[in-house]
Amino acid sequence: MTKIFDEMWGREDALRAPYSQFGQWFEGEDPARLRAKQREAEEVFRLTGITFNVYGQAAAEERLIPFDIVPRIISGAEWKKLTRGIEQRVRAINAFLHDIYHRQEIVRAGRLPVEMIKNNEAYLPEMVGVTPPGGVYTHIVGIDLVRTGDDEFYVLEDNARTPSGVSYMLENRETMYKMFPELFSQTKVQPVSQYPRSLLRSLSACAPSCAEGTPTVAVLTPGSYNSAYFEHAFLADQMGVELVEGSDLRVVDGRVAMRTTQGYKPIDVIYRRIDDDFIDPLTFNPESALGVPGIMDVYRAGNIAIANAPGTGIADDKAIYSYMPEIVEFYTGEKAILQNVPTWRCNDPESLKYVLDNLDELVVKEVHGSGGYGMLIGPTASKKELAEFRKKLEAKPGNYIAQPTLSLSTVPIMTKAGLAPRHVDLRPFVLVSPEGVNITPGGLTRVALKKGSLVVNSSQGGGTKDTWVLED
Amino acid sequence: MRLKIAHETRYSFSEPVRYGLQQMRKTPKSYRNQKVVSWETSVIGGKKELQYEDQHRNTVELISITPGETELLLRSEGEVELEETNGVIGPHESLTPLWLFDRQTPQTKPGPHVRELARSLHGREGLDQLHALMSAVAKAVKYTAGASASDWSAEKVMEAGKGVCSDQAHVFISAARLLGHPARYVSGYLMLDDRQSQEAMHGWAEAHVDALGWVGFDVSNDQSPDTRYVRVATGLDYAGAAPVTGTRTGGEEESLSVAIEVAQQMSQSQEQ
Repeated sequence: MTKIFDEMWGREDALRAPYSQFGQWFEGEDPARLRAKQREAEEVFRLTGITFNVYGQAAAEERLIPFDIVPRIISGAEWKKLTRGIEQRVRAINAFLHDIYHRQEIVRAGRLPVEMIKNNEAYLPEMVGVTPPGGVYTHIVGIDLVRTGDDEFYVLEDNARTPSGVSYMLENRETMYKMFPELFSQTKVQPVSQYPRSLLRSLSACAPSCAEGTPTVAVLTPGSYNSAYFEHAFLADQMGVELVEGSDLRVVDGRVAMRTTQGYKPIDVIYRRIDDDFIDPLTFNPESALGVPGIMDVYRAGNIAIANAPGTGIADDKAIYSYMPEIVEFYTGEKAILQNVPTWRCNDPESLKYVLDNLDELVVKEVHGSGGYGMLIGPTASKKELAEFRKKLEAKPGNYIAQPTLSLSTVPIMTKAGLAPRHVDLRPFVLVSPEGVNITPGGLTRVALKKGSLVVNSSQGGGTKDTWVLED
Repeated sequence: MRLKIAHETRYSFSEPVRYGLQQMRKTPKSYRNQKVVSWETSVIGGKKELQYEDQHRNTVELISITPGETELLLRSEGEVELEETNGVIGPHESLTPLWLFDRQTPQTKPGPHVRELARSLHGREGLDQLHALMSAVAKAVKYTAGASASDWSAEKVMEAGKGVCSDQAHVFISAARLLGHPARYVSGYLMLDDRQSQEAMHGWAEAHVDALGWVGFDVSNDQSPDTRYVRVATGLDYAGAAPVTGTRTGGEEESLSVAIEVAQQMSQSQEQ
């Protein structure tokens, strides 16, 4: 087996170019001072975390995601290449969503089996024939990338519903600035702090035609008990817009309006962080107390923009994922620039046989799962776990896909014994509006803190790093 | 045949309503064998917020209850001209792709009983199979007012062996889909031969057959719709075609009175 690619040291223990300045700086630092800084950074996060969690102290603990001070560094040239692939993919996703909720040309052309859509709960009949204001379905997209070599990137999954984590991207940079100002005067790193401004601009550009003057944008949260509440509050605050809950909103004069001290004020664009099923009890789950009754009616009458549009989950479904190369080609007329991880769909009997025969070498995921739950990593699974998963696969093969175990790149983290390599992934954040596609340089790097672990999800013991894209 | 319809729904609340919405699908549309001559909706104690066409081309109106009111009155009336087509509606024309009508919903969800019912019709085909299914459902599910709850699945209805028109339609739709026929729910009006006044709208099913397109099946009366039937809204199940879905805060106890009149309108030549 070839050696794992380390983004700082390559495969041959030679410092890679993007890390040359950082490497020099690191050599000259006293390890004790850096370890103290690492503790200081954790303290900053704890304090910020608590500030954000005044409503739920108990929940604050689990929201503290460990931070590592060693940045993940990407050269400007590497990034440029990635952004071409990301933009292409995001444009294809939006075109796919428009098509699948209108004429379904891709199905008629025989490029996507209708079975992938027909009984897929992420495909919302209520969105059929609906064109969102500005024609945008996925205003905010997170494309999860993994790296396996110098020039090898793969898309692990697309997040087209409500990708979270952008607040960590911003806070990580903020913290690094505070800890190591000298680093940033030495090395030119492309900024990320413009993200909230870009987000506001991008959302405003999707306002419906009934909007008057500067569009009114609001962030809709399920409330302070949601695990991502601090991000909702943070983004509203950073954009300078209202953070609202369903109970603050009403339908007034055919619009969704929020309660203010001067009465009800119509909202033009709502950045909602509530799942489709809960967003409107009149149209979806009638038991939902979190949503806004009537918002789907207002939306379908064209009087509000909802970001992201309901029903975008059909584009990031794991079974649809395996068709992304076809989807990109169908809508852009070009080959996909970013590679998909080869995927076996277990509902196909031949694929299922292959997967069962090679279970100990594969990663098996639930089609509708997320957050790293319900997943099997063959090479590290025990005999018992493999046997249990085999049963699940045989019982409901259609619920699973399988992929080869990729040897994810590593980036060093700071440990008591010095630098140690750990596996990482990357979630760049992409904004889409009629004005174009905007990709913030870098994104959120998630790192598996356990030695050898390939699971980077924060719910499974992952941490984060600041991600640098160099000006070069 | 020309039918004259008047439909009045009166909601009375024991306390003033603070905020409330009603999503309505109560406006019939013209198509091949049904011509809406006139139709009007009026609201007292509330206000029409907006209107749009949904994915089944149903006209949807959103009504808000005026805060502080203790009564909401919704009235629709109009005249519809109908032509006999033996239940045939014709080719699929909505935006929703035909394959989506294969999708089961919580209300049409089959279980062992519905599967068994569907299996009993293997060996038959097309229209013949669907007519046999209609009779089989009518036999298996006895029309019994008040016997079921609105959240019952088709399977639950089969287990109970009784239900109202929407329950019978759900069983039909569920089994038709299992047999490979796209199927949908229809809410509408039915003129009864023995009386003018009714307390509820009617509901039945439609299935798609290759040669004919959509064809109606009314399990409750074990027949395909004729000129006494006015189609108002369609959906994957009752919930998707429901005449009214509401939500409110305040108002406390609600009492509802519905008065529907469906009568044949004598043609003008006869009146003169």
